Amino acid sequence: MNAPASPGLYGDYGGRYVPETLIPALDELSRGWDEASADATFRAELDELLERFAGRPTPLYEAARFAPAGKRILLKREDLLHTGAHKINNAVGQALLAVRLGKRRIVAETGAGQHGVAAATVCARFGLECVVHMGSEDMRRQHPNVERMGLLGAEVRPVEFGTRTLKEATSEAIRDWITNVDTTYYLIGSCVGPHPYPAIVRELQAVIGREARAQVLEQIGQLPDAVVACVGGGSNAIGLFAGFIADKDVRLVGVEAEGAASLSAGRSSVLHGSRSSVLADEDGQVLDAHSISAGLDYPGVGPEHAHLRDSGRAEYMTASDAEAVAAFHQLASLEGILPALEPAHALARALDLDAETILVGLSGRGDKDLAEVLSH
Amino acid sequence: MAGPETPELAAAAVAGGADIVELGFPFSDPLADGPTIRLAAERALAQGMRTAACLDCLRRTRERVDVPLVPMTYAALLETYGWERFAGDAELAGATSLIVADLPVDLRPELRRVQLVAPTSSDERIRLAAEQTDGWLYLVTLTGTTGARSELSPELAPLVERTRRLTKAPLHAGFGISTPAYAAAAAELADGIVVGSAALAAAEEGASGLERFVASLRAAIN
Repeated sequence: MNAPASPGLYGDYGGRYVPETLIPALDELSRGWDEASADATFRAELDELLERFAGRPTPLYEAARFAPAGKRILLKREDLLHTGAHKINNAVGQALLAVRLGKRRIVAETGAGQHGVAAATVCARFGLECVVHMGSEDMRRQHPNVERMGLLGAEVRPVEFGTRTLKEATSEAIRDWITNVDTTYYLIGSCVGPHPYPAIVRELQAVIGREARAQVLEQIGQLPDAVVACVGGGSNAIGLFAGFIADKDVRLVGVEAEGAASLSAGRSSVLHGSRSSVLADEDGQVLDAHSISAGLDYPGVGPEHAHLRDSGRAEYMTASDAEAVAAFHQLASLEGILPALEPAHALARALDLDAETILVGLSGRGDKDLAEVLSH
Repeated sequence: MAGPETPELAAAAVAGGADIVELGFPFSDPLADGPTIRLAAERALAQGMRTAACLDCLRRTRERVDVPLVPMTYAALLETYGWERFAGDAELAGATSLIVADLPVDLRPELRRVQLVAPTSSDERIRLAAEQTDGWLYLVTLTGTTGARSELSPELAPLVERTRRLTKAPLHAGFGISTPAYAAAAAELADGIVVGSAALAAAEEGASGLERFVASLRAAIN
């Protein structure tokens, strides 16, 4: 279960459902990634950037006041990373890969703006041109991140059709890549998209799970009963789960937003280049997702999550907007930590999960969500 | 794009000189399409053109025209409808073949369809596509999405030359072709031309507008 059985497939999920134009670029990307990951120099450069630029390792912190009586809750503090979320792990790694492949123009999609900010940040760091596609509705909801990207030198292109959110922004980023494939690297933000993207993003985020597993053993002398993470596209969850998949007694729990539950309420279909579980109607037309958290507002999910669900290795639950906001307030008032609304969904389920020791992925910080929380 | 006016529009296109009619089955997230076809798809979906309605539209179009009818769509529609069931029902409704824009040749080889090759395709992939294709090869003239362009893509000539060396299959070039002059230039190279976005734009002026537009292309390539 650690690696796909055949290249790019997780059970029946994954693959490359893209126009022919992109296939050679995906082949080039696969080769480039395989060579890079086997290259000690590349790995050393990545590790150094993660440590000195991004701020790894992140702490594992026991939230003793937040935890209900009889439970222990430990938070993997990805919110403390540079740019405020786990997205930077992936962005740093893929930017290094883009440079290695000789691409000087980066295109990315963003929903909440966290991945867009991470992409703009690494592009500034490496001197790369950066174009971020973002739905105009998300630009309105996440205005501070639009300004951040601008200050970092990225061009934010509004996407003015369909739902005007992450779904359309992703399609538009892929179209941009199709059009400029010779010069452009597509820096995807989650473990979605055509092969090899789900595998690349998983590997780059797996650092979360590796650190967390070592830290929890050191701090409490045992593995947790459950590992809980929020799931939009699923990159922070797959990165955290990766550290524990081989530990069969550790429950893996993904928490989706109630109105964007691709795994809990979706069907098998194709979106953005891979076969996965998708929120779609009975004709395969993709439905709008709805969540208070822009980062979970996505009707698809990484193909490996669909496979982990089907195989029973991971379980997937949902949390409502109200539950996420309540958990946000609770963590703020009891622990002095403002979580992003995305991981607030995971916190909400951790509170009532039938498990004693729970490790939660705190994937990002809540500064970007203040307006949303205050107006709720 | 499939819709209430499709049978009449298809008849007009044939009257104007079209040899094959492509019929779009709309998808909500069409990765290969530029603004014109994307908007047409959005509009068709808003009018309720789901898979069953599109198949019905195909059937009604078949009653009006005798030329080959080729539905063009995306993998998500087949995935949810059932791959074999879709192919079977489309054939029953009068489809001659099928184009699936996001289904590269190595996926679902059992599904008979017109394969696409692009300027970025390797010789190996072009050879495979030519072996697998149903009747003719769809040459994507440019590296990009669908939509009218003002001049012939410089990528077409080398693609045609490369593909000719690898196969004897008829080559029909599409993506970007918008004017009679451009059509004539593309037809010098390929065996046929495919016009999508510009035809949709012409159809905005109704069946007679589309017929005039197709006739102008026909005259230019003859």
